Amino acid sequence: MSTVWFAAFLAAAGDDPAAGHEAEPPNPLVPEIFDIFWSLLIVIIVGVVFTKWVLPKFQEVFDQRAELIEGGIAKADKAQEAANAALAEYQQQLADAKGEAARIREEARAEAAAIVAEARTRAVEEAARIAAAAERSVEAERQAAAVSLRTEVGALATDLAGKIVGESLADDKRLSRVVDRFLDELEASSTAGQAT
Amino acid sequence: MSDTSTTVQAPPRQTAPAKSGIGRGPIIAIVIALLAIAGTAWVWVAVPYYSGGHGMPGVKDFFPEALLSISGSDPISGNEPITVIDRIFIVRIVAIATLLAVFIVAARRLTLVPGRFQAALEWILVFVRNNIVNEVLGEKLGKKYFNIIATIFLTVLALNITGVVPFLNIAGSSRIAIPLMFALWVFVLYIGASVKKFGVFGFLKVATMPPGVPAVLYVLLIPVEFLQTFILRPATLTIRLLANMIAGHLLLALCFFATHEFLFYATHNYQYAMWILTFAGGAFFFALEVFVAALQAYVFAILTAIYLQMVVDPEH
Repeated sequence: MSTVWFAAFLAAAGDDPAAGHEAEPPNPLVPEIFDIFWSLLIVIIVGVVFTKWVLPKFQEVFDQRAELIEGGIAKADKAQEAANAALAEYQQQLADAKGEAARIREEARAEAAAIVAEARTRAVEEAARIAAAAERSVEAERQAAAVSLRTEVGALATDLAGKIVGESLADDKRLSRVVDRFLDELEASSTAGQAT
Repeated sequence: MSDTSTTVQAPPRQTAPAKSGIGRGPIIAIVIALLAIAGTAWVWVAVPYYSGGHGMPGVKDFFPEALLSISGSDPISGNEPITVIDRIFIVRIVAIATLLAVFIVAARRLTLVPGRFQAALEWILVFVRNNIVNEVLGEKLGKKYFNIIATIFLTVLALNITGVVPFLNIAGSSRIAIPLMFALWVFVLYIGASVKKFGVFGFLKVATMPPGVPAVLYVLLIPVEFLQTFILRPATLTIRLLANMIAGHLLLALCFFATHEFLFYATHNYQYAMWILTFAGGAFFFALEVFVAALQAYVFAILTAIYLQMVVDPEH
């Protein structure tokens, strides 16, 4: 395309009407009206298109990009913060759980100690109670034995004595007196025998 | 023989020895590319002067014949035809249409993750934002004026670079109205911004009375600063750009014109030495012009930012 107008230029330059008499070239510092007109038009067109549409579009993209990058950084910061918070919370929970476990263990230990102590006292009491009951039953047995012994030994002794003396010890008063005396002696001798 | 040989691994491939700095290859490639560009540039710059039959490069290059004119009644020159469209107009249209097309296409399909095309344009815009706008104005003011300063930078760059584009051959900003219009835009921009912020008298005070100066000196400073703000800054913006583009074109065109002349037309003892010398000069100025086109756009944009900063944010 450029060659086309280049040819046009050459053609136009060829038949220059002013070529004959060497005209004084114009002063380059003095603008001509048509030059000003076209230049102003160019400046206005480019100025409007660029300042109102093209460059704002570019600026928009620059801003969006900056925002995106800054937003990304902010998002990363936020995520980091959240992670830190979660970590702190987790650690807090862990510490709490550890404390809780320790407390529960301590309680359990105390409870166990209390149970053991209670069981021990109860066992001691039970033992004491069983021992006392046994003692009591032994005592009762002993007394029963003593009573039965007394009656039996009395009857035997009177029988025996009646046989020996040939006389009935029918008199009850005398009989019980004799038997008591005998038993007292027996008891005395038995306790003396125990003592020795 | 056992077939263990199949399991034996191949020896590790020899890697190229690490080079320090740039190898010879790229340098040769760059030199060849430069020569090729300069050679074609010579053809496209110099040949039109011969085929067109209009003599040496000169100031008239910036006032080419009209491609379209209307016969009007110019009060000064009588009934001479008034130029409406000429070659420089077409050069400007090509530059601006390309610029608009590239950026509009890019702006319509912008994505958050840029492709190469978008990344290249973004690289330019980020350069303008960081190294020109924010550097001078700071982030907050910079955001407000980025659109305008970037527009100025891109448009001036597009119009400058046509000076080294094949078949365009001349900078769109090498005739005064373009630099002038941009300078006036900047002028209106900084005065408007300052008046909006400080009011008319506040602006005049900020513009003409720099703080921290003994009161007596204001007698001297106020006229100087007034002249600076209202005349010298727009005038220097205009003339700096214009003169750079005019001088660049003339240097480049004269070198290649001379190359052509010495090679094909002149009969001179040293003509071969001369054409090689002028060809080398042309190649050098071609590279220089690429640099100057970008540099002048940068200078224009950064001066815009500085002039704005001076009257809008005088505390800093």
